[in-house]
Amino acid sequence: MEAKKIFGAKIPRTDMPCQAPAERVKNFKEVALGYTSEMAAAEASRCLQCKKPLCRSGCPVEVRIPEFIARVAEGNLTEAYRILRSTNSLPAVCGRVCPQEKQCEGACILGKKGEPVAIGRLERYVADNASAGACDTDMGCAAPRHDVRVACIGSGPSSLTCAGYLAALGARVTVFEGLHEPGGVLVYGIPSFRLPKDVVARELDNLRALDVDIRTNWVGGRTVEVPRLLEEGYRAVFIGVGAGLPLFLDIPGENLIGVFSANEYLTRANLGRAYDFPCYDTPNYPGKKVTVFGAGNVAMDAARTAMRMGAESVNIVYRRTRAEMPARGEEIEHALEEGVTLMELAAPLRFIGDESGRLSGVELQRMELGEPDASGRRRPQPVEGDTFTHETDLAIIALGTRPNPLLLEATPELELNRKGYIVTDETTGETSIPNVFAGGDIVTGAATVILAMGAGRKAAREIARRFGLE
Amino acid sequence: MPTTILHKEKLIPGRTSKLVLDAPHIARTAKPGHFVMLRVDEHGERFPLTIADTDPETGTITIVYLVMGKSTTVLEELDEGDAILDVCGPLGKATHIEKLPAPKKVVCVGGGTGVAAMHHIAKGHHKAGNYVIACIGARSQDLLLFHDELSRFCDEVLVSTNDGSFGMQGIVTDPLKDRLEKDSDIAEVVAVGPVPMMQAVARLTADFGVKTTVSLNSLMVDGMGMCGACRVSVGGETRFTCVDGPEFDGHQVDFAELSKRLSAFRSQEALSLERHKAGHACRCGAH
Repeated sequence: MEAKKIFGAKIPRTDMPCQAPAERVKNFKEVALGYTSEMAAAEASRCLQCKKPLCRSGCPVEVRIPEFIARVAEGNLTEAYRILRSTNSLPAVCGRVCPQEKQCEGACILGKKGEPVAIGRLERYVADNASAGACDTDMGCAAPRHDVRVACIGSGPSSLTCAGYLAALGARVTVFEGLHEPGGVLVYGIPSFRLPKDVVARELDNLRALDVDIRTNWVGGRTVEVPRLLEEGYRAVFIGVGAGLPLFLDIPGENLIGVFSANEYLTRANLGRAYDFPCYDTPNYPGKKVTVFGAGNVAMDAARTAMRMGAESVNIVYRRTRAEMPARGEEIEHALEEGVTLMELAAPLRFIGDESGRLSGVELQRMELGEPDASGRRRPQPVEGDTFTHETDLAIIALGTRPNPLLLEATPELELNRKGYIVTDETTGETSIPNVFAGGDIVTGAATVILAMGAGRKAAREIARRFGLE
Repeated sequence: MPTTILHKEKLIPGRTSKLVLDAPHIARTAKPGHFVMLRVDEHGERFPLTIADTDPETGTITIVYLVMGKSTTVLEELDEGDAILDVCGPLGKATHIEKLPAPKKVVCVGGGTGVAAMHHIAKGHHKAGNYVIACIGARSQDLLLFHDELSRFCDEVLVSTNDGSFGMQGIVTDPLKDRLEKDSDIAEVVAVGPVPMMQAVARLTADFGVKTTVSLNSLMVDGMGMCGACRVSVGGETRFTCVDGPEFDGHQVDFAELSKRLSAFRSQEALSLERHKAGHACRCGAH
């Protein structure tokens, strides 16, 4: 064990091969190309196989990390996949979009002195190779079908996780999606260069293989109502309708043509395939000098999409500095490599338009960092009198979202918190309506894919327990 | 699940058609004021259309559209028995309809294909027991929509045509102005149609201090409160047409901004339509 410890810490973390920045900025194909089997074996051998694995407790869905990594090291892909899928219904997604540095990898003991095991990359390696047919993906005997019907409203990460968990236990699950394509944020939000659409499609196929009925164009609160589902014989309902109304800056000129929410810009590109306009009918706004407001992962996605849509320049305007940016380090690095530039310590005052109502510039206020605020980050404050105009013809606002009112207004029995999100029981995920559960962004506000999945799993466990599916 | 076209009627050949769709799950809860989002085929763009009528018993909804861009051109190429790939709804807030105390009346003004959407609202007011005056206009008699349908239940139908071929000669605000001058019992005016028409109606009714509701046709992407494409300034505040509307107080709407925002993608829309008309084969081979 001692020998291995030294060994593991000494082998450097295996780099992820990527498309070269100059090349990838011209396409929407995935940036990170994935480990080869040699790379995966080398990386897996770094794992210390801790008796009390901290990585696992850092994972919202408690993936059995050391166990699956041991199987990768042995070259037993079938077993590695089985272990992954036993707690995670979307491993190919998680391996790509989880903020591992804050979760499993952030807890990895190797990270104390050196670099943590690349758990996310290994997870992706197993999931991708399993679905490519490199191993047996049969999850063992299918559970006998129970007469327990469960409805999941929304088809993003929380709902799909809930659906997958319950279907694997034999429940008859129906997923209702409002848009024309299932997947929620995985499809309309996260760009294909980070999460290819065929990866999502495969995960959906895995659910269909468990007899999950996925219906599109069924809008929660409109085409499908919570009380009616219960009357129709669904024993439990899971609400995972995701984020809603985008937040805007609330400054003059915000409704000029050329000012978009990141949600709209990304939905056009991803769900509407605007990058393939006019082959697909949905266009995106052809801005040349693009300005992105916000500094989270969505802002990075929007900035990188704009580069790929042919922008001459993409500036991210942020009122603090790079050190305070909430986006994942890897996303910021990838964006910068692709030519996105950061404009730190600047805040927008007003948008400026031409006669036809199109955006031509933005007036910015120079900022400086003051004392730390409640979040521990230094509070940005304006530098008195220091304002300047920045030329831009496309502004993308990525400030987060508010709760979507559609299902909430149609379901007044649901107890909401001060911010308008659904109140749920900490341990079960149950809402104020018995046997109605909720999870994901409609409970927490905008958060991560994996946290939504954790919520879906928590609710699914309780539903399984309550209706004898275990 | 695609939605089948049960009945198609070319109201103005090549320009405007009416489709009756087999959509029981939408018809069940659709009310006046609601709209649906459609995507005609795999490469299509999502777009909103206001529901012109519903029949919960037969499980159908009716939509009426003006053939204008690529999406409506492709829709117009479909016939009875064909299916629209995606239709979802009902979306938006339903029209606020309440029984008015006699002798109060409501005037429902419609222009262009907006007459169809207005028809559903007028019907709602009629069902609530209100005295309904429909006020519709077109360039000439052959372009007039829904005159017969409205005549069936409206207490009065005021018609104007630009060329005087039917009803009063003039624009739709002319008979409305006439009426407002003569009749002090008009409690509310509802206007649905092209932006300039709704703006003209709102200007006119402001002079008379009559409550006015307009139904806006903003651009939308998802249509369910996710993207903000449809934002509009109402009383100086930004509202979302898809979840806060589509109906707003006509005296508070910034119509100039709305007009501009509707033109955001005009050059791309023109390109799409041009390519379609030229029979352009898509390079991916799917078209």
